[in-house]
Amino acid sequence: MARPPEFRVDPDVDLHVPADRAELTAHPAAVLGAIAAGGVLGALSRAGIQTAFPHPPTGFPWATFGINLAGCLLIGVLMAVIGARPTGPLVRPFLGVGVLGGFTTFSAYVVDIQRAVAAGAASAALAYLAATLVGALLAVWAGDAAATRLLVRTGREVR
Amino acid sequence: MTVLLIAIGAALGAPLRYLTDRAMQARHDSPFPWGTLTVNVLGSLLLGAVAAIPAGPTVTALVGTGFCGALTTWSTLSYETLRLTREGARFHALANVLASVVAGLGAASLGYALARALNG
Repeated sequence: MARPPEFRVDPDVDLHVPADRAELTAHPAAVLGAIAAGGVLGALSRAGIQTAFPHPPTGFPWATFGINLAGCLLIGVLMAVIGARPTGPLVRPFLGVGVLGGFTTFSAYVVDIQRAVAAGAASAALAYLAATLVGALLAVWAGDAAATRLLVRTGREVR
Repeated sequence: MTVLLIAIGAALGAPLRYLTDRAMQARHDSPFPWGTLTVNVLGSLLLGAVAAIPAGPTVTALVGTGFCGALTTWSTLSYETLRLTREGARFHALANVLASVVAGLGAASLGYALARALNG
C-alpha cells in the first residue's frame, strides 16, 4: 500500500508520524499525565450523562449513543485542526487520546447490545448496533469535512 | 466516592490504550490498526465479565465505567476507518469496523460466559 510516511491513520498514536514516535521518550510523564487527565475528564462526563439519562435493558441506550456520536464528530474536528495548523505537543494526547477516547466507549456499546439481546429485545439491539456504527462513521466524516472547510475558508490552513 | 473510582479507572485505562497501541504498532508495522482493535476487544471481554457477576457499585465504577470505558473507544475507531477510506484502503476500512463489532460482541459474550462459569 502506497501510504505517505506521515499519513496518520490512528489518532491515538501513529508510529508513522515522527512526532508521535518521539513524544513518549521526549516527555513521558507529560504525555501519559495529559492522557490520564483527559481520560478522567472524558470518563466523568460520560458517566454524568449516562446517569442523567438511564435506560432499561430492553431500551435504546440514547445516552451512550449520543456520547459516541458526539465524540466521533469531535475527533474529526480535532484531527483536522491538528493536521492544518501547529498545535502544542500535548493537545492530541490530552484532547484526542484522553478526553475523547475516555468520553467514547466501545465496551459499553457491545455489552449494552448483549444485554438487550439477553433481555429479549433483539430488534432494539440490532437497531442500536447499526445506528451507532453508521452514525459514528457519518459523525467523524462530518466533523472532519466541516472543520477542514472552515479552516480553508478562514485561510488559516498552513499546508 | 463513585467519582473517585471512575477517575482512578479512567486514569489507568486511557494511558493503557495509548501504550498498548504503541506496543502493537512497534511490533507489527501493518496498515491495519491492530492496537485499537486489541484494546476494544480486551475491554469488551472484561466488561462482559463484570456484567455477568453481581458486581457492586465499586467494581462497576472502577472497572466498568472508569477502566473499560476509558480503555475502549469509538472515536479512535471511527477516525481510523475514515483515514483508511481516504487512503483508498476500503477493504481495511470495512474490515476494521466490522471486525471490531464482531470481535467485540464475541469477546463480551465470552467474558460473560467465563465469569458465569467461574462464579458458579
